Amino acid sequence: MNDRNEWPLFEVFVRSKRGLNHVHVGSLHAPDLRMALINARDLYTRRNEGVSIWVVPTSAIGASTPDEKDPFFSPSADKVYRHPTFYDIPSDVPHI
Amino acid sequence: MNEQLQEHFDATIARDQRIEPRDWMPEGYRKTLIRQVAQHAHSEIIGMQPEGDWITRAPSLRRKAILFAKVQDEAGHGMYLYSAAETLGAERADLTRRLIDGSQKYSSIFNYPTPSFADVGVIGWFVDGAAICNQVPLCRSSYGPYARAMVRICKEESFHQRQGYELLLTMMRGTERQRAAVQDAVDRWWWPSLMMFGPPDDASPNSARSMAWKIKRHSNDELRQRFVDMTVPQAEKLDVTLPDPGLTWNDERGHYDFGTPDWSELQRVISGDGPCNTERVARRRKAHEDGAWVREAATAHAAKQHTSARKGTAS
Repeated sequence: MNDRNEWPLFEVFVRSKRGLNHVHVGSLHAPDLRMALINARDLYTRRNEGVSIWVVPTSAIGASTPDEKDPFFSPSADKVYRHPTFYDIPSDVPHI
Repeated sequence: MNEQLQEHFDATIARDQRIEPRDWMPEGYRKTLIRQVAQHAHSEIIGMQPEGDWITRAPSLRRKAILFAKVQDEAGHGMYLYSAAETLGAERADLTRRLIDGSQKYSSIFNYPTPSFADVGVIGWFVDGAAICNQVPLCRSSYGPYARAMVRICKEESFHQRQGYELLLTMMRGTERQRAAVQDAVDRWWWPSLMMFGPPDDASPNSARSMAWKIKRHSNDELRQRFVDMTVPQAEKLDVTLPDPGLTWNDERGHYDFGTPDWSELQRVISGDGPCNTERVARRRKAHEDGAWVREAATAHAAKQHTSARKGTAS
């Protein structure tokens, strides 16, 4: 068995119908982008789950740590004035 | 530092939130999950064999197409799960190697033979039914990628159970011999199906920890009971007899009482001595080895394309 040349990993994103975003559905191994697309079709859209597929080499994805305590996201935590509810408007002002 | 990470992990579990791949997690959690997810993936992959044997012999084009789709789904489920295991740092090639060399297990149920076409129906009804009992709560498992894979799998699995039951209903409307074949398959698969839920709670040492980590959400015995309660009325409707004289409704408990599976048989089958263990693993090994040239050729092709594309931009 030759496992030295294992196929690289790709992340798969599927758009389930027009008008929606591509959503991450999982990953798979393939020798190249074209085969990754074909394998993704067979693996993740056996029941019309998609109208469009993206495959991206996993190694090409930059990612933050998902830990919410991560200081990475803290700059947005103390800016309540970015939300509409921060502003007091008299209740008799219409359409605002 | 480590204490803080542990506290954060415990709090996430306590809040019923998901653990995601890049989160810190205790080594035991990671190991337990890799073992469980890999075992689950291997079961889907080996699970293609008992029914796959009937694809060429299915009695009609309709049944053949259904069986094809089902076995294809099992392959797909195996892939979803391997992909979940890989988010924990496992490697695909290594998982395949461990299945083939026997260092990782798969479900005991797939080591039983399928001598009759009625077995295809009973596998759908019992084995996929039991799998659904097991898997629906796993959609809320604490590890995100595993839970999400289970959501996909459960959606697809319900067709598996229904096609099996429908197949059996059809056979029960057939000849005396067909009805006898269904009963015979029920007799052979009932006890092994109950064993699919694993040893009884008091003999399942890792269960408590898995439940504390919310990897598992219900105990083996709870799920087994749920399966029995669900299956008895279906058996009555089908007009077959479940081979357990101890099976009776218990008004007080609000559940069916049932007999004790032969746990020594489960032990034997798990440790490699079931009717088909050797055959199943040998076939998986052969498929893997026979496919080696395809994997190598595709890699070589990709490398060649890559090189010529680079040359193209350089000139």
